Amino acid sequence: MTDAPPLEIHDLTVAYHKKPVLWGIDLVVPRGKLVGIVGPNGAGKSSLIKAAMGLLPLSSGWVKVFGEPVAKNFRRVGYVPQRESVDWDFPVSVMDVVLMGRYGRLGLLRRPGKADRDIARECLEKVKMLPYASRQISNLSGGQQQRVFLARALAQESDLYFMDEPFAGVDAATETAIIALLHELKDKGKTLMVVHHDLPTARNYFDMLLLLNMRVVAFGPTEQVFNYETLQQTYGGRLTILSEVAEAVRAKG
Amino acid sequence: MNHSATISVRTNRTAVRRLSPLSSLLSPLPSPLLPLSSTFSPLSRPLYLLSSLFYLLLGAPSAHAARIGDISETKLWEQALRFFTFQDPAVRYALAGSMLLGVTCGLLGSFIVVRKMALVGDALSHAVLPGVALGFLWNMSKDPVAIFIGATVAGLLGTAVVSLIKQTTRLKEDTALGLVLASFFAVGICLVTMIQRLPTGNKSGIDKFLFGQAAAISEGDVRLMAVVTVLAIATIVLGYKEFLVTSFDAVFARAVGFPVQVIHYTLMLLLAFAVVIALQAVGVVLVSAMLITPAAAAYLLTDRMSRMLWLAALFGMVAGAVGAFLSFLGNNLPTGPFMVLGATAVFGLAFLFGPRHGVVAKWWRQRSVTQRTQRENTLKAVYHVLEGREFKGEGVSLRELAERRRETVEEAAREADSLRHHAQATLAEDGNLIVLTPDGWQRACAIVRNHRLWELYLTHEAQIAADHVHEDAEKIEHVLGEETVRELERRLKYATRDPHGRAIPGLADLRRGAGTEHRDPVVGYGRGS
Repeated sequence: MTDAPPLEIHDLTVAYHKKPVLWGIDLVVPRGKLVGIVGPNGAGKSSLIKAAMGLLPLSSGWVKVFGEPVAKNFRRVGYVPQRESVDWDFPVSVMDVVLMGRYGRLGLLRRPGKADRDIARECLEKVKMLPYASRQISNLSGGQQQRVFLARALAQESDLYFMDEPFAGVDAATETAIIALLHELKDKGKTLMVVHHDLPTARNYFDMLLLLNMRVVAFGPTEQVFNYETLQQTYGGRLTILSEVAEAVRAKG
Repeated sequence: MNHSATISVRTNRTAVRRLSPLSSLLSPLPSPLLPLSSTFSPLSRPLYLLSSLFYLLLGAPSAHAARIGDISETKLWEQALRFFTFQDPAVRYALAGSMLLGVTCGLLGSFIVVRKMALVGDALSHAVLPGVALGFLWNMSKDPVAIFIGATVAGLLGTAVVSLIKQTTRLKEDTALGLVLASFFAVGICLVTMIQRLPTGNKSGIDKFLFGQAAAISEGDVRLMAVVTVLAIATIVLGYKEFLVTSFDAVFARAVGFPVQVIHYTLMLLLAFAVVIALQAVGVVLVSAMLITPAAAAYLLTDRMSRMLWLAALFGMVAGAVGAFLSFLGNNLPTGPFMVLGATAVFGLAFLFGPRHGVVAKWWRQRSVTQRTQRENTLKAVYHVLEGREFKGEGVSLRELAERRRETVEEAAREADSLRHHAQATLAEDGNLIVLTPDGWQRACAIVRNHRLWELYLTHEAQIAADHVHEDAEKIEHVLGEETVRELERRLKYATRDPHGRAIPGLADLRRGAGTEHRDPVVGYGRGS
């Protein structure tokens, strides 16, 4: 099992209301890499990581996490959703949110214990948010909210992480802190798939890049993949035919 | 027109005899139950309406005493005593049932509120009515179990139809909910009306399901309520973590492998149960308020889900008891509206007086900020006057302050008094001379420093013209924290002059100010010496 790649995707197609958003994705991600997922708006970046985690119905293809279907390997997968995906006025404290990272390991109906609280506290310390543990989450800045989500993912103690735009709307200090943390995780042999929207920094932040625009345009080590041609392919208007077909499929269905 | 005389003939004599003095004055008013007969001219209608309202508010409790022969207590507290000591079984069931349903509705309502599903509760509660009617028709009696099953099935069917409309059409959830709510309710009303026309239907009391009647709660009903309440509490205690994470972040919950759909439908099922047990006492029309109102009040008072659950359960219970009691006082008036009014009163209190999010607290905080700003502006003016004469001379007179601030001497006197009240200044020469205390002097220096530092920062770092920065600094000076000030000083390389060439008060000035009251007149204060 240790030999199986953290993430293997074969011929994956995903559709929203019959309109395909991802076409025939093939991907094998090696262990211990920090992978940036880059592409224009509507390229299917979030859909790809959601599909990989089994959160979206697949039109075709399959996903394996460490050689097994993700449904059998939830514990080895950590997730940082987009910050706007939750209601920050929800009546919970920072600590409560980070403890949710332990829920997957606890399983159903078991309550978090002291050990879980200790781990949650350590994770908060790693993102420098321990002093805020008992705060209600609406009193946090954008960068602090992102750190809380990151701490929750750390508390999952997973081997493969999916992060949806963890740098969106955070301050410079938080961005630096997050990238340092990601490198630390990578050095521990974790694999990280990070959706990123800023091309200039993508080049410096990630070992590998996945250029995505409804299909995989390029995937490989950053220095090989990050060039004019592939970026032109990803962001330029060359994929219009694909989106036209997608529209036609939707209209027919 | 002397209509009260005409009416009093028809008023129940027994009622008059047992009335307390205050109510007996009002007792000859027309009862709203009397038909609006031809003896009234159109002009007297508003008067009639008004007197009817009076009757409702004050006369109704006394009328109750008149109707129930075995009750002799007429004072409110005696009735309360009788009610809350469970002297007769009907009251016992009514109160116990109302409190149980309050707890269940409060607990489940909390999740409804944080999941932003308040309208779902409303639709669900209206959708159960046809089920109630069918449950009654099952064996033509008010069998709690048959009605419970019928209502639950109808409620779940209603939510299923909502999902169906949402998935198969372009319509959004609110429209789907509105559709289902109205159509199911209409079917229910038709069925209830039909049942009432049946030969056996008239005595059935099925109409009580519309507005609720706690007095109609039977022993069987209470048992059912207890079962549902225990079930709800047990489920929430066991699955607290699951309900919490699926409410806060459903996608994350799925990503860690939780059966989010199952948890959601468990909650919906419990919700349907809660609605159904509440029907008898609250009525179909208002039951959603018992889900939403106590939970909404709790939401305003706390930042933690667990505390919110406790509070909502408590508020629901209190509202239930209050509703049942008022209904009892008013001779079995519909219970639902009174319960909802009880809950709304709690909400109103939370809305107004909540310590953190309450309107009054917010207003108070706002007010104290405004007052502090005003005091700081006075201090600044005093500083400016002193600065204008190079910090020579003893204190600042009211006239000088008034001139500086372009206001009347009276206003200046009021401001000076406010400073004195906060120990930032003492008043000498019959209150005409303001002498700052060390505290006041420090604050004055700090405000002027903040103002000038900020102006300098804006002109230097943000490249804003020097004549554009004053207004902004007027606001910023009151909110800059010490840490930000240190940072600004560092960035501006400890500059000593603002963009207009005036000195920025530094640490030396703050210290020097410490002896303002007994300072050496030759040295004075300020950097010039």
